[in-house]
Amino acid sequence: MKTYMKTLLAGLAVMVPLATPSLANTLRWSSAGDVISYDPNAQVDSFTQSVHHMVFDPLVRRNKDLVLEPALATSWEVIEPNRWRFKLRQGVKFHEGQPFNADDVVATIQRQIDPGARNRENLSTVTGVEKVDEYTVDLILRGPYPLLLNDLAAIYMMSKPWMEEHDALKPGNASTGVVTYASNHANGTGAFKLKSYEPDSRSVFEVNKGWWDKPQHNLDEVEFRPIASDATRVASLLSGEVDMIAPVPLQDADRIAATEGLKVVENPSLRTIFLVFSYRPELHAAPGKPNPLLDVRVRQALWHAIDADTIQKRLMRGKSRTAAMLVAPAVTGYDKSIDVPLPYDVDKAKALLAEAGYPDGFKTGLGCPNDRYIADEQICLAVASMWAKVGVQAELSVESKTTYFPRTDKGEFDSYLLGWASLPPMDGFSPLQALLATNDGVFGGSNADGLSNPEIDKLARAAAVELDEAKRVDLLKQAFRITHDQVLYLPLHQQPVAWAMSDKVDMPQFPDEYVRPWFAQIRK
Amino acid sequence: MIRLLSVRLLQAVLVMLAVAAIAFVMFRFVGDPVASMVREGATQAEKDTLRVALGLDRPVLVQFVNFVGQVLTGDLGTSFRYQQPVTSLLLSRLPATLELVVVATVLALAVGIPLGVLCALKPNSFLSRLTQATTLVGISMPTFVTGLLLILIFAVNLRWLPSSGRGDLVDLGLWQTGFLSLSGLKSLILPSITLALFQLTLIMRLVRSEMIDVLSSDYIRFAFARGLPRAYIYRRLALRNALMPVVTVTGLQIGQLIAFAIVTETVFQWPGMGLLFTNAVGYPDVPVLAAYLLFVGFLFVMINMIVDILYTFIDPRLRTR
Repeated sequence: MKTYMKTLLAGLAVMVPLATPSLANTLRWSSAGDVISYDPNAQVDSFTQSVHHMVFDPLVRRNKDLVLEPALATSWEVIEPNRWRFKLRQGVKFHEGQPFNADDVVATIQRQIDPGARNRENLSTVTGVEKVDEYTVDLILRGPYPLLLNDLAAIYMMSKPWMEEHDALKPGNASTGVVTYASNHANGTGAFKLKSYEPDSRSVFEVNKGWWDKPQHNLDEVEFRPIASDATRVASLLSGEVDMIAPVPLQDADRIAATEGLKVVENPSLRTIFLVFSYRPELHAAPGKPNPLLDVRVRQALWHAIDADTIQKRLMRGKSRTAAMLVAPAVTGYDKSIDVPLPYDVDKAKALLAEAGYPDGFKTGLGCPNDRYIADEQICLAVASMWAKVGVQAELSVESKTTYFPRTDKGEFDSYLLGWASLPPMDGFSPLQALLATNDGVFGGSNADGLSNPEIDKLARAAAVELDEAKRVDLLKQAFRITHDQVLYLPLHQQPVAWAMSDKVDMPQFPDEYVRPWFAQIRK
Repeated sequence: MIRLLSVRLLQAVLVMLAVAAIAFVMFRFVGDPVASMVREGATQAEKDTLRVALGLDRPVLVQFVNFVGQVLTGDLGTSFRYQQPVTSLLLSRLPATLELVVVATVLALAVGIPLGVLCALKPNSFLSRLTQATTLVGISMPTFVTGLLLILIFAVNLRWLPSSGRGDLVDLGLWQTGFLSLSGLKSLILPSITLALFQLTLIMRLVRSEMIDVLSSDYIRFAFARGLPRAYIYRRLALRNALMPVVTVTGLQIGQLIAFAIVTETVFQWPGMGLLFTNAVGYPDVPVLAAYLLFVGFLFVMINMIVDILYTFIDPRLRTR
């Protein structure tokens, strides 16, 4: 009882306003989830990787326009189709003082391609690495591969002596149960040093004064706090405990924007939302009958039946970008002339259905997650009612992502909602390889619904090894044109990314949803 | 006595096995961890390799036997999400939950008992009526609503207290405490009130009805007739007897609080075991979920066992059964 009274009295005594302005420029920001681990090779979580980028540098990185540029490598050349030579930046130091050189790159790449690395596949084409001299390194590839730089932009350089000292040369991994010193500590060359890390509470970073690059930010410290509950995250912004939250729950965006001293920044992201069709002989909804979706006229009719404007204005509050391709404008392979949706036209849709032999429509299943994409369940409800207007009855099946995605993987839906961001490579080859090509164990990893188009398969295989960038992009565009003409998928929109921040913070927003504090400015 | 203990222990083991089995079977249906673990665009071969590495390709029964075998050696497996042994993960989150529960319990007792006595002694006073009405709200309001209301008032509008987290912690070796820093104490206030509210109302109502009961018994009336001082009667004769069931209920409630601080911890981003559990549900991080359920099962089995044994000490009649 006495302890309690003391606690209470102490608590009452300290009830003074919280917002104590500090002298240093500290950016405090919050997101829904925490970093899973500070080990770059122990996870495949894109949010975790985005936070890692504050502490670590890759060999090549994305600049403010998301174009690849030299980072820890200053130049590179393709010596042979399967051997790339990288010249390394000199005079770079890790946070704990170790100089950066070829040995670190060799150790990092070996750690990355170790069979025990969880993100082994992020550099799947690299089979080996060789030191040429103190500042030159060769990467050995399985064969010609045009996207090596895209892959390397997500491979963070670690210090070899540091890993040796802490017995962390092997990556941490869930399947092997390996936990290393690198899980909770980080020593990179990046713009910020990891000062402290409390799981599910906060990570504190301080500016790296010895960074090799000229800082474009004016921060002294960054404090990251995960807050899982949407309402609490918004509350902590409103109360001034954090300067920025990303993402903002869409339903709170207007309220925050109306609050003095706060602003909401919204832009379309890379994540494209689209509908997937089944290409199996029969639909689950109508066993024993041929699958109507195999007819291109039916698929066109389903697209004509979608009122994209209503979805954009009503469900997405005008913040999404209506799409007709599987990739967003920032992704290589995008083509404005392809990105034209079939117009909303109920009569045309009915005519096409009648022409295909379904004047009274047909029955199909429609699968949908309710906790993965923005307004996912509402989008499906809207689609189902729009299809109903042309006579297509969609039996809606809505469930949580944890049970939904295993089902999409097994091809249990006749049609379903899916999102694709083409990350980390940010290249059109990502959907071409995983969604469009026939599923054969290597290609078509996310094409579980029997889609098989020989022309696309040919283009995918050609694009996989084409080192001439102009030719390669042309191959991608050819594949996307076929996708559009054949309506192999039904694209809906790119969903928005929404952040809210104090008026005093200038933080550029990127469609890949990465928070990049090394471009942030804070005004007093 | 020994026979009774061994029977109890055997029962406990059976209960734990049942909990483990239910936990295990249940998580077959929360989804496939592989789907949330692979990167975008993973090939089928990649997914299969991962499935084999995690042991998810084996029959459920084999997985269960392996799991029980591991648990018996003290190994709860490795978290899919955090890539860490689940045991150390749970232990690292235990201090946060325990500190919150202790403060909440103390708060519930310190406020609940006096209010209960007040309501019993002066049932018609304005204060008692107000208390009774407020506790009715407290008992029927969901925890997350209480929590968010408190955040809205004290964090957003008044800006007195932090809305989330534990504040600055002081490291005592194995235990990280928030008791020793200003921001740590401030951070404790809102979550502990939220967590304590239900228990507080429960205790208040219990004390009130027990007090009324005791006050109408013969020995109290006799004490009044003898002219003993009122304060003495209320405090030493009535309250002491009325508190017996309160002690039992509080004991059982502590278990409840530890196990079900989930909502409070999620609302306040309190980095305890409950938050770990909520994060694990969405992933789904099966080893963490299974371990948490086992832990909660173990907690309740232990509490019940201790209560049973204590009863036999207090009440000799139970020993002969």
